[in-house]
Amino acid sequence: MKYLDEYRDGTIAKAFARQIERIVTRPWTLMEVCGGQTHAIVRFGIDELLPRQVSLVHGPGCPVCVTPVELIDEALALAARPDVILCSFGDMLRVPGSATDLFAVKAEGGDVRVLYSPTDALEVARAHPEKEVVFFAVGFETTAPTTAMAVRRARDEGVTNFSLLMAHVLVPPAMRAVLAAPGNTVQGFLAAGHVCTVMGYDEYVPLARQYRVPIVVTGFEPVDILQGVYMCVKQLEEGRAEVTNQYVRSVRRAGNAEAQRLMSEVFRVVPRRWRGLGEIAESGLGLAEGYASFDAERRFGLHAPATHETAGCRAGEVLTGRLRPAGCPSFGARCTPEHPLGAPMVSSEGACAAYYRYRRGAALQEV
Amino acid sequence: MCLAVPGCVVSIAGQGDSRRAVVRFGGIERSVSLAFVPEAVVGEYVLVHVGFALSRIDEKDALLVFEYLREIDALSQELS
Repeated sequence: MKYLDEYRDGTIAKAFARQIERIVTRPWTLMEVCGGQTHAIVRFGIDELLPRQVSLVHGPGCPVCVTPVELIDEALALAARPDVILCSFGDMLRVPGSATDLFAVKAEGGDVRVLYSPTDALEVARAHPEKEVVFFAVGFETTAPTTAMAVRRARDEGVTNFSLLMAHVLVPPAMRAVLAAPGNTVQGFLAAGHVCTVMGYDEYVPLARQYRVPIVVTGFEPVDILQGVYMCVKQLEEGRAEVTNQYVRSVRRAGNAEAQRLMSEVFRVVPRRWRGLGEIAESGLGLAEGYASFDAERRFGLHAPATHETAGCRAGEVLTGRLRPAGCPSFGARCTPEHPLGAPMVSSEGACAAYYRYRRGAALQEV
Repeated sequence: MCLAVPGCVVSIAGQGDSRRAVVRFGGIERSVSLAFVPEAVVGEYVLVHVGFALSRIDEKDALLVFEYLREIDALSQELS
């Protein structure tokens, strides 16, 4: 397919890897932020093409993985109600809450539906006026405008049996949390290209300045990632810490103005707890006052119940790049995609799932 | 979840937030909202995420990655 195949060309990827080898003089640790990039790196063996001085650590860019257990428990409680249809992206279904998961609630008769787009939930609400339809709104800035569109349409069309369990999170505050953590080893970032397609990249400039880290907005195909690594290593070797853009075919400096306008109309920035990372100020999106009636927590009087994390899951360390999946004693033994202890083993963007799928043999030998 | 796929705009209908396109991905065609890229035109490529086009792919910019490689390659040969 055009705009995919040419960026998977092995000869070009290897040429970039050689150029990285030519300029690198000492060890550097880079973090790719997005779980989609992590999967590409592990799937195509991009890390194995890199000179040994360059380490890639995997970032927190998996929205399903960082959704806090109390929100999952709230979704489970909603899904079990006979008057509710809970709509979700498929990735959420096997994510363990405190006691069970959505898949199990569905098997016991809960009406849980897997959707492709947030606006599909609105269709479900129109088709079932006798039910309350709740969309479990998970995702980063890439997905947030599409959720915003569903809410605005619901308001404009007077659909009142529709609401959202808001779990949307923002990427830059998580990058700041990684940099501010004691013992941080990340020296440069490959920023998430699709998040920046929506938001642009000016908001990363203060981060790059304050922490003296280069931030390269990067795409998702092997050639994109290797060029992103080259651009980042080049800055590090030259002592620069700038925000630059590798993914120019999609990302404009100011991002997508239409999407941002709708997001600022429908949402407000709120504090949010991240699974594995704890509470991060101004890191989530809630509904703005004018749309508060679509908030499922308010509509159903939900409040965070007492939760507990699964013992033996070290997702917090994996999500902040401090532990590789294969370094976790539970990996591939107590924890598998069929019986996950934590979300990174479930999600199509989770680092543990990537290693399980593409590196299982090698990863287990490493342990 | 931030997966977005490039596809070619085959046809366009509707106005404003209801503006939609048929977009071809390889052999598959899907209906996609153009609410966030109202300026998209037939024949160009858009990047699609959960049923919404989020950006238009700039054909010239798409080639820059290969030009960049040629430039650094030429530079390294000059240096060596």
